[in-house]
Amino acid sequence: MLQYIAKRVVYFIPTLLVISVVSYFLIELPPGDYLTSYLAALESRGQMVDPSVIEGLRRRYGLDQPVYMRYLKWTWNLLHGDWGHSFEWNQPVSKLIGDRVLLTFVVSLGTMLFTWIVAFPIAIYSATHQYSVGDYCFSFLGFFGLGIPDFMLALVLLWIAYANFGADLSGLFSEKLVGAPWSLAKVADMLKHLWVPLVVLGTAGTAGLIRTTRANLLDELRKPYVFTARAKGLTERRLLLKYPLRVALNPFISGIGYVLPGLVSGATIISVVLNLPTTGPLLLRALMSQDMYLAGSFIMMLSTLTVIGTLISDILLGWVDPRIRYE
Amino acid sequence: MQKETDQTAAQETMYQGQLAEEKIYVASQWQLMWWKFRRHKAALVSGVVLIFFYLIAIFCEFLAPFDPHEISEQYVFAPPQGIHFVDEQGFHLRPFVYGLTPGRDPETFRKIFKVDKERKYPIYFLVYGDPYKLWGVFQMDLHLLGLQDRSGTMYLLGADRLGRDLLSRLLYGTRISLSIGLVGITISFILGILIGGASGYYGGLVDLIVQRVIEFIRSMPSIPLWLALSAALPKEWPAIRVYFGITVILSLIGWTGLARVVRGRFLALREEDFVMAARLAGASELRIITRHLVPSFLSHIIASLTLTIPGMILSETSLSFLGLGLRPPVISWGVLLQDAQNIRALAHSPWLLVPGAVIVVVILSFNFLGDGLRDAADPYSR
Repeated sequence: MLQYIAKRVVYFIPTLLVISVVSYFLIELPPGDYLTSYLAALESRGQMVDPSVIEGLRRRYGLDQPVYMRYLKWTWNLLHGDWGHSFEWNQPVSKLIGDRVLLTFVVSLGTMLFTWIVAFPIAIYSATHQYSVGDYCFSFLGFFGLGIPDFMLALVLLWIAYANFGADLSGLFSEKLVGAPWSLAKVADMLKHLWVPLVVLGTAGTAGLIRTTRANLLDELRKPYVFTARAKGLTERRLLLKYPLRVALNPFISGIGYVLPGLVSGATIISVVLNLPTTGPLLLRALMSQDMYLAGSFIMMLSTLTVIGTLISDILLGWVDPRIRYE
Repeated sequence: MQKETDQTAAQETMYQGQLAEEKIYVASQWQLMWWKFRRHKAALVSGVVLIFFYLIAIFCEFLAPFDPHEISEQYVFAPPQGIHFVDEQGFHLRPFVYGLTPGRDPETFRKIFKVDKERKYPIYFLVYGDPYKLWGVFQMDLHLLGLQDRSGTMYLLGADRLGRDLLSRLLYGTRISLSIGLVGITISFILGILIGGASGYYGGLVDLIVQRVIEFIRSMPSIPLWLALSAALPKEWPAIRVYFGITVILSLIGWTGLARVVRGRFLALREEDFVMAARLAGASELRIITRHLVPSFLSHIIASLTLTIPGMILSETSLSFLGLGLRPPVISWGVLLQDAQNIRALAHSPWLLVPGAVIVVVILSFNFLGDGLRDAADPYSR
């Protein structure tokens, strides 16, 4: 097991390196150098910029140096906690990102729990009652959940709430609490608003999870050892919980690896629609205005989250299912 | 007597059964697949639905009653006009729409529309209306449906925020949104077959490198990556180039799944007896690949392709919806849904969500069709 973990962690490092290259490539991708476009934007607004500031910025980002030097410098700063400077917000990137990452994490984690709590019992029911009315209903809902784009679901929810109850479901906090410092009341307020993104984000994941778990469990239930156990007089309940369920649990575990990044990236679109104070809208804005340091750091961080998620799920899978370790 | 007929009937059915069995023995692989596919009713219906949508995509200029870019200030957010067959005088074979009178709400000053039952505009098949170029080549002005009296309006699905006919826009958007899936899948297909094939056929170092690259691409969060890449497309590019840029970006990630399937198939089939037999009979490598290997996994490839297309369509829609994909004046479903982002506009004119409903139908159809194809791809399994 230890060897397996070590192998996974060793894979982790080069992956991170390549991700940093890709992220930096994205920063450099837009034509022209960002400082020039930034200055042009400032001048068009009639603002004069102090030449010494420009010189400082130029040196700070090493714009007078070749690309690979700039990349090394960027990585070096990253390792030391300097995520760069957002031109649009005129603030350090780390400060802009901090709060939003926390909220993104809360939303993602909440969605994951929601997905599990809903998918788990339904999958077991569907597998043990195959071809029953309930199974057909859930299968149909599952297909629908996979087929409907999540931003559509969000739009429809918002629309129904607004048209029928005049309620604005968007956002994660009540209006008066948006700028307030963290307090118990604010957390309670957030929990009240949280269900909308959870339902919207969780629908597709829940549908997918039900399908795979159901299929897995059905495969397991047809295996000879189940017949043997039943012939020996094990109660149905114990029989189900003891072995087949454990094997069928694999998608839940491997789900963690996809859930974390999937949610973080899926949340990008949903949070724009629902106007959530998470990373999505900020990333979108950064990309739209070509605020590339902010965008690059975002991509870097989201990718790192993805890889960490995969790492965790790999280790958990190796722990739950020893067969995987020896592949 | 009764008994005898029963017996002959039984013999008859037995004979029929044998015939059916013999038919199965001599049937080609594709025939077997078709028989199996036919049994999956949902997939069959979905296939018909998709053919219908692609026909719309091909003939959208002719099917659309109006020019989708024509702005009409008077009819901003005009509600859908129902098609009627019955009026005070009774039933008419020729359907008609009532006139629409724009006005303002005296209190809120919001634009409202009154249905004017005095004015009736009959709808005709094959009328001459807004000129267009079919497939960009043939200059025409014939439309499938329309009014002969050009003073009336016919917003069958309502109008958008510039008074453009939503139905016409939806039909034009179908062409862009559906074709982007096909173009993207073609690029993914070529990349996937080449790279996955090489990886599976040569094995060793090539395989190792390709597998690492695929793992890496799949470990990147796709949506932020897409967003970043599409944001990097130069703003001054013409629409057609942006269109291809977006498809290439979408295919960059799409090929990995396909390459995996192809590689797995190659690895599994390489050791099969019929490949050995072909080799012993002196067939060249190229012949083995193209005549023996590819046909035996082509059906799997087609099935997994079908399951990849909805993802592509959804991605394009999401990107355009966010304003990073295709941009107006190009019409795609995502661009149409941009209007629905404003929740207040949506509350007053819910017909803006119709493109979303179409998307759901198409995505579901692709999913069902792919499911059926996947089951049929292996006709020998029970």
